[in-house]
Amino acid sequence: MEWWEYLIKYGKVFLVGGAVCLIGQILINRTKMTSARILVTFLLLGVVLEAVGVFHYIKEWGGAGITVPITGFGSSLAQGAINGSKISLFHAVTFGLASVSGGLTAAIVFGFLVALIFKSKPKKL
Amino acid sequence: MMDGGDYCKYVSKTAPRTSELKTLLAAFCVGGVICMIGQGFTDLYTYLLPDAEESMLGALTSMTMIFIGALLTGFGIYDKIGSIAGAGSIVPITGFANSIASPAMEFRKEGIIFGLMAKMFVIAGPVIVTGVVSSVIVGIIYRIIAIV
Repeated sequence: MEWWEYLIKYGKVFLVGGAVCLIGQILINRTKMTSARILVTFLLLGVVLEAVGVFHYIKEWGGAGITVPITGFGSSLAQGAINGSKISLFHAVTFGLASVSGGLTAAIVFGFLVALIFKSKPKKL
Repeated sequence: MMDGGDYCKYVSKTAPRTSELKTLLAAFCVGGVICMIGQGFTDLYTYLLPDAEESMLGALTSMTMIFIGALLTGFGIYDKIGSIAGAGSIVPITGFANSIASPAMEFRKEGIIFGLMAKMFVIAGPVIVTGVVSSVIVGIIYRIIAIV
């Protein structure tokens, strides 16, 4: 790839990733949603986009712009379930969680270790 | 003396107000940059592991971003970014890591089991439950379609 192709590629990632977070910020400003609700909403958005087959097209264009936000987590869950559904009902209900096991393991282990090693600083209000 | 209505007006007048445009711009830029960093790791892993499947590269990228998010939370840097970036730091997967590491650190003083381990899922719990339940629903629907 030429350098300017990288520039375009990363520009697209920036635009899509920025747009996803912009929508999140609009939701926060307008509805006073907490971060838990924001995360749940975008996760569901990812699941729905994957389930109806739209996610793939956004990913093709925006790459990590749509997979790094929590929408990518939702997409992986749905994609795992869809792949499993081709095999059996058992795989259909278990492959979703299996496909995000890497991220989930990392989040739990690193979260645990960080809390063991670092001390929480008192929050300034 | 002020009654309730007057007090609300007083608060809304004196409370610091960030202009909405500023919060939107900050969320857009920080969110975009975090995604670009993620793309960088995806490209790096694609280069280092040319034979790996796409799903593994994606998982490795997620794990790396989660590691960074948790580490920056430990140093207290992620909360500083979050106070400016808002959704720009919440929506990326680094924000998910932050939502686990931050309460885990905060509640550690209440004990390892009932503090750290229990409270680390205060925000992540709802996210995981929603994700697993919805993926099971998607799996069942697609299985029914596959049979029929």
